[in-house]
Amino acid sequence: MTNTVDTAVRQGQGIAIEGLRIGLTSRPGVDVVDDIDLVMRTGEVVGLVGESGSGKTTVGTALLGYTRAGAVFDGGKVLFEDRDVLALPWQQVRQLRGEEIAYVPQDPAAALNPSIRIGKQIVELMQLRGLGTAESRLAGARAGLAEVGLPNDDEFLSRYSHQLSGGQVQRVALAMAFLPRPKVLVLDEPTTGLDVTTQGMVLRTMGELCRSHGVAALYVTHDLAVVANIADRVAVMYAGQIVELGPKEQLFADPRHPYTRALLDSIPHLSQARALSGIPGRTPAPGARPGGCRFHNRCAYAIEECAKDTPALRDLAPAHQVRCIRAEEIGAWDISRGAVPDARPDRPRDVILSIENLGVFYGHKQVVFDVSFDVAKAEVVALVGESGSGKTTISRCVGGLHKEWTGRIGFEDRDLGHGSRARSAADRKRIQYIFQNPYLSLNPRLTIEQIVKRPMELFGIASGRQATDRVVELLDQVALGPAVLKYQANRLSGGERQRVAIARALAAEPDVLVCDEVTSALDVSVQGSIVALLESLRVERGISMLFVTHNLALVRSIAARVQILNGGRLVESGMVADVMDHPQEDYTKRLLANSPRID
Amino acid sequence: MTATAASPTAPTVSTPSTLRRALQQKRLVSGAVITLIIVLIAILGPLVAPHGQNEVVGPPFSSVGVLGTDYLGQDVLSRLLHGGLAVLVIALLATLFGMVVGIIIGVVAAYSGGWWDEVIMRLNDVVLAFPQILLALVVLTAVNQPRAWMIVVLVGISHAPRVARVARGVALGIVSRDFVYAAEALGEKRSRVILAEVLPNMNAPLLAEGGLRLTYSIGLVAGLGFLGFSTNPEAANWGQMINENRLALSTQPWAVLAPVFIIGVFTIGTNLMADGIAQLSQRGD
Repeated sequence: MTNTVDTAVRQGQGIAIEGLRIGLTSRPGVDVVDDIDLVMRTGEVVGLVGESGSGKTTVGTALLGYTRAGAVFDGGKVLFEDRDVLALPWQQVRQLRGEEIAYVPQDPAAALNPSIRIGKQIVELMQLRGLGTAESRLAGARAGLAEVGLPNDDEFLSRYSHQLSGGQVQRVALAMAFLPRPKVLVLDEPTTGLDVTTQGMVLRTMGELCRSHGVAALYVTHDLAVVANIADRVAVMYAGQIVELGPKEQLFADPRHPYTRALLDSIPHLSQARALSGIPGRTPAPGARPGGCRFHNRCAYAIEECAKDTPALRDLAPAHQVRCIRAEEIGAWDISRGAVPDARPDRPRDVILSIENLGVFYGHKQVVFDVSFDVAKAEVVALVGESGSGKTTISRCVGGLHKEWTGRIGFEDRDLGHGSRARSAADRKRIQYIFQNPYLSLNPRLTIEQIVKRPMELFGIASGRQATDRVVELLDQVALGPAVLKYQANRLSGGERQRVAIARALAAEPDVLVCDEVTSALDVSVQGSIVALLESLRVERGISMLFVTHNLALVRSIAARVQILNGGRLVESGMVADVMDHPQEDYTKRLLANSPRID
Repeated sequence: MTATAASPTAPTVSTPSTLRRALQQKRLVSGAVITLIIVLIAILGPLVAPHGQNEVVGPPFSSVGVLGTDYLGQDVLSRLLHGGLAVLVIALLATLFGMVVGIIIGVVAAYSGGWWDEVIMRLNDVVLAFPQILLALVVLTAVNQPRAWMIVVLVGISHAPRVARVARGVALGIVSRDFVYAAEALGEKRSRVILAEVLPNMNAPLLAEGGLRLTYSIGLVAGLGFLGFSTNPEAANWGQMINENRLALSTQPWAVLAPVFIIGVFTIGTNLMADGIAQLSQRGD
């Protein structure tokens, strides 16, 4: 197979990576990525999926003959039109980059110069690449913007990048990448951080352009659902190696590698509620990866042999390759396994938290208007909306972190004060807030024990030796061992930190948890295990949750009720299954239509 | 649906103890050695000095003794050994005082935010507008015989607004982090939020600032000595020595250069040390 592909690439069709290995300059023998073989044919979008630390971005930038500082090419080739990009002198690589192999970064705002107008930046790019004449360049810029569906009048061309929305900036970056008519395009998570409707728009634009221009594209992402919508073929990476590679339909219908299956198991679906699960253990860093199959220590199907030799990537079916010795033995697969019934609508509700006519202000600016809903005991209510919808603002008001609001927030039979200092200790104890980013929400100077113990001391639940025992108990509940007691937060991974944050919230023995996008900074497999943890807490302890998220599919798996927000107003609310299956409002329909789905 | 057993494995890269890491850092070690030597000279100097600090050993500005004699014919080496302790102790205390006051002002301003921040920092700017030494001079000229604590307080107060600006800048980046909000949501006392959550995260930049301030303190205390404001005009004092002997800079340069040199070396030492500590705690993050 490699040979035929090789010839195709040599004839100028696409780009191929052969036996690529990238190591670290400081630690010889340690690889960041290893044994990468990947072909992108003309007019094809290949999705490269992996969790953080899998080396997917490293592979993406390797196509441009670039590694980040500290990493070095140890072997392999990147074949493009009869040339090995990695062996070219830098002058030629420089020529190649941008003109024939283009790159769209994750954060386009950082890629555009904030002090140069959009039009000038595009014209400058064409000047640099020697495209067109001085007169034709402006027209070229307008054509490029029109291609990505942006306005191209003088007013738009004279804007600065900060005057555009996130989606517009990303589309300007796309237009700039496409202008020199590249043959290969590397997209590094270009839609991460965009709202679903914007993401949908960018993805559609990108897909159209790739196909109409006959570009071979590598789409690097952590989001399997996005890949399912855009890619023709998918490569799954784990710990620096491609573990499975195949056509999209085949990979999602019949994944053969245990890691691919575990990833798919941890993803929520829009069409049905699922019991999500994570992958045990943590992703190994370069240098700490186990011998043999790199996934064997976290694999449910591992046998002794798995630890011995590194399995090769082998053909299972035409164009479907797997790096697993047991690929044939692990049985059939069903995408909808793990489905659970949606929450029953007729369950009696015992309301514990009620929000009535909430209006929230920042200074004189009102950002939330007349929002009312309630949360019952042992119930999860999701607040869903795009950025700027006010979902986090509402949760901060409930958590006592924002004071400027009107209306009423009732807790049991009493009104909650504005801000945590205006509330009684009992109220503060019973409503706990979990933050979005576990890298910011734990004090880096304190040990895990100190962090989790503090709420107990503060609310007089336990102290001293007794409190330490409770901490161990709580850490055990969130699936962390007592070994982490004396650690500082920086020694833990993102998922582990979020578990500590949950343990801190549980230490206060709360009745209501306010979860503000608690999984959005985490990998999908970690998200799966955090959601599983929250669900078990709800069932065992009867804790109610106000779950803020932008991910509609996640809502289906965790919440019973959903409140959809747009521009600070409540658009639609009801039981999750009702709203998702029979949306009434246009906005909800649009959100659902734009959410990437895997089923 | 099983919860994952994510017990973190021991980190593969062994993390050496703080002391080990400190010893590996050249900047810190050389700074500490220099500082230690000068401090030892200042402390043990009076014991090993060949002569008393007011003992006349020869004619003025002669080359009797290792470093010659000064304007009264006293031995320069002996006065150098005697004259350090007062300067160092006063400078150190003044720095501590200024740092504590400045950090309190800066962190409280940053943490309160809004109007309080404005009011505190504008008042701070007013004090900042005074040249550092002028504030001390205004007070010292009004009293007959300056006491050590006066110099400590005056030098400290002149540092405080400068430290406050730095502390506020550093604290602003920390008070808006989620773990501070988390403490707020729990209803921690404001003082505890500042002491337990905010301050420990300001170590590195504050240590660097402390090193810099100590350097300035020594300069200021020596400068005040040079201008004649020392606690005991009879006693030797590095700053005062420069003033006393500057007339003979061309004929007996050692009487001036020796204290200048020792002050210079000491400030380099403290600066290197503070830098090193800052780097060390930064890396520990």
